[in-house]
Amino acid sequence: MDAIILQILNGLDKGSAYALIALGLTLIFGTLGVVNFAHGALFMIGAFCAVTLSRILTLSFETVDPTQTDFLGQPLKVKTTYIEAWFGPEFGGAMIDWAVPLAILFAIPIMIAVGFIMERGLIKHFYKRPHADQILVTFGLAIVLQEIIKAFYGANPIPTPAPAAFKGSFDFGVLLGFEANAIIYPYWRLVYFAFAAIIIGGVFAFLQFTTFGMVVRAGMADRETVGILGINIDKRFTIMFGLAAAVAGLAGVMYAPINSPNYHMGMDFLVLSFVVVVVGGMGSLPGAVAAGFLLGILESFASMNQVKSIFPGIDQIIIYLVAIIILLTRPRGLLGRKGVMED
Amino acid sequence: MTRTNFTRRGVLRTGAVAGAGVALPTIFTASSAAAYTNEPTGGTVTLGFNVPQTGPYADEGADELRAYELAVEHLNGGGDGGLLNTFSSKALKGNGILGKKIEYVTGDTQTKSDAARASARSMIEKDGAIMITGGSSSGVAVAVQDLCQSAGVIFMAGLTHSNDTTGKDKKANGFRHFFNAYMSGAALAPVLAAQYGTDRKAYHLTADYTWGWTQEESIVAATEALGWETVNTVLTPLAATDFSSYIAPVLNSGADVLVLNHYGGNMVNSLTNAVQFGLREKIINNKNFEIVVPLYSRLMARGAGENVKGILGSTNWHWSLQDEASKAFVKSFGTKYGFPPSQAAQTCYAQTLLYADACERAGTFNPCGIAEALEGFEFDGLGNGPTLYRAEDHQCFKDVLVVRGKENPTSEFDVLEVVEVTPRAQVEYAHDHPMFAGGNLGSCNPGA
Repeated sequence: MDAIILQILNGLDKGSAYALIALGLTLIFGTLGVVNFAHGALFMIGAFCAVTLSRILTLSFETVDPTQTDFLGQPLKVKTTYIEAWFGPEFGGAMIDWAVPLAILFAIPIMIAVGFIMERGLIKHFYKRPHADQILVTFGLAIVLQEIIKAFYGANPIPTPAPAAFKGSFDFGVLLGFEANAIIYPYWRLVYFAFAAIIIGGVFAFLQFTTFGMVVRAGMADRETVGILGINIDKRFTIMFGLAAAVAGLAGVMYAPINSPNYHMGMDFLVLSFVVVVVGGMGSLPGAVAAGFLLGILESFASMNQVKSIFPGIDQIIIYLVAIIILLTRPRGLLGRKGVMED
Repeated sequence: MTRTNFTRRGVLRTGAVAGAGVALPTIFTASSAAAYTNEPTGGTVTLGFNVPQTGPYADEGADELRAYELAVEHLNGGGDGGLLNTFSSKALKGNGILGKKIEYVTGDTQTKSDAARASARSMIEKDGAIMITGGSSSGVAVAVQDLCQSAGVIFMAGLTHSNDTTGKDKKANGFRHFFNAYMSGAALAPVLAAQYGTDRKAYHLTADYTWGWTQEESIVAATEALGWETVNTVLTPLAATDFSSYIAPVLNSGADVLVLNHYGGNMVNSLTNAVQFGLREKIINNKNFEIVVPLYSRLMARGAGENVKGILGSTNWHWSLQDEASKAFVKSFGTKYGFPPSQAAQTCYAQTLLYADACERAGTFNPCGIAEALEGFEFDGLGNGPTLYRAEDHQCFKDVLVVRGKENPTSEFDVLEVVEVTPRAQVEYAHDHPMFAGGNLGSCNPGA
């Protein structure tokens, strides 16, 4: 029982990342009709916003320490961060320690701007082109973006730790009456899950309870009629692209402490996220979220030794297996709308 | 009326004799002009450096390439001479190889076997490379070694740690300077026993490919010989990025040691996840829970940040070694590039010098002559102490370093500290050891 609870918890944070990326993908597909293969790159750029802010906060000057030597036997140059020199080690150190949460504020305008530039600069020229063209151009864009990041930051993962306050793990086992260490879960992953829930709730509330959201939903349902009513739906859809980019970016920012960011991390999530969108139902926001969590949890269960001993290698194919089963039984996905990608 | 005497049989016979007559001189010409693949004819000789320039190991590949460029500079008589000054063999004169200036071409392995073979083939067939070297993966090394054997060129392996490279997949044209998984186990086990005791229960997470399997086999054998119990061994997909679902069951398994048979990005992520789950703060079986990373790479360890602190592993070489050769190499490399070399750089530099030296001693670029010169070659002064290139499997035997993630690093390069230099005798094994069984070295292929 404890093993099952543990894998559900594991699946929740994995599912949170899938759900956030798939939510953005679905927003873009539902509003603009674009299959955006560069969406994983937005997730990656978000993570590198955290890396960048961390590097900005740790910008430092060098002083020579004659008592120590470097690898060439020269007097060692000791680095001191400007922020600690200006604000004192306590406040400066705290700023550096909290770089990842602070990066949320840093990333929002950057991601909206990146999304806006992507949409206006490239993707809008492909609205009326076939989906195959859109996939090719956005996939190419993803490769360009990741190569740019690699040129600046290198190919190796870059450690981007969570604040010290969130290090360690919470013992759920003791809380639920199990033995100590039976169900432990890292604090930061709990934060990630809560953060994902807030973002998902925020996006749904925005679409459900604002006039802007109502127009966007109307546009998703029938773009032509909304246009005839004199509403500039294109402008709103561009804003939605920026919003989707921000959602993916924020998912990346908060994911940085879970796995050290590297230039390829977007591609690692992209294919899985598309499977999530297809399983959830193309164009369905609740479907994307539900499928994200469902597949995250199933993936975790498939990694259990007990399951792998019965079905060797199941952890590598479970997501695709579930996708096949769902598409065979529900061709539009879990919560897919009629008419989407069926023409 | 004239009658022709042409018959079908007569035409065929005449054609065959004429064809043989025309071809015969060509065969002799070919034999005398190129006794082996890409025999150098001008004043230069071309080496092929096949390293990951794109993909997840691109930084390691870049460091390998720096080392190759430095080696070429030193062999051509440039720079400060580097390890030519400390190498025990004095055959190298700083005038290239056999008086020919060294030129080089580079290929991108992308850390993919097919891409690595394609780039090696291109360097051999189009650029005339007479030797291929480099790489940062055992899968790539095995694939390229096989290609070089068929093509008739020497392969001086870069970073490859699987037992199979000089075990079941060994080839007569292939040579490995880097240590292997067996040696990691043999070097680590006594240190693990001294640090953590002999009554331990280990849980292995292993990357699901040739290197991971041989490393797990080696570490399990070495630790069980100490008295450790192996609680479980779990294979993880090479493409995995989040290891939480594999790490979560560890604490519940009764294990008090987690062995991560992972390298590169896998190692960074699995170690980071394990530390996040608080494994290192736990007391299991009345002992501190420990994590072991049997193969360390300084470049990769940086990616795991503070998570490597205090964690034991093994490495082929480290820039902090204080022997004259290591100091000379660090000085040459550090002065040129501004930071200390990695173990990948050191092994690639050493391989280039060893190849050049073997050519000089053999007096030829013929792969068979070079192989003969390398087989059983004893040398010193390349940074790893007295070393043997064993004839039976083309594996180098030398000291192995046991290292630990440093608690108080003084710079971004100061990630690991050497805990013990394990003497060569402790990591030696018979060439027909069961972990290396199944392969056949075969005979050298000069090609052409």
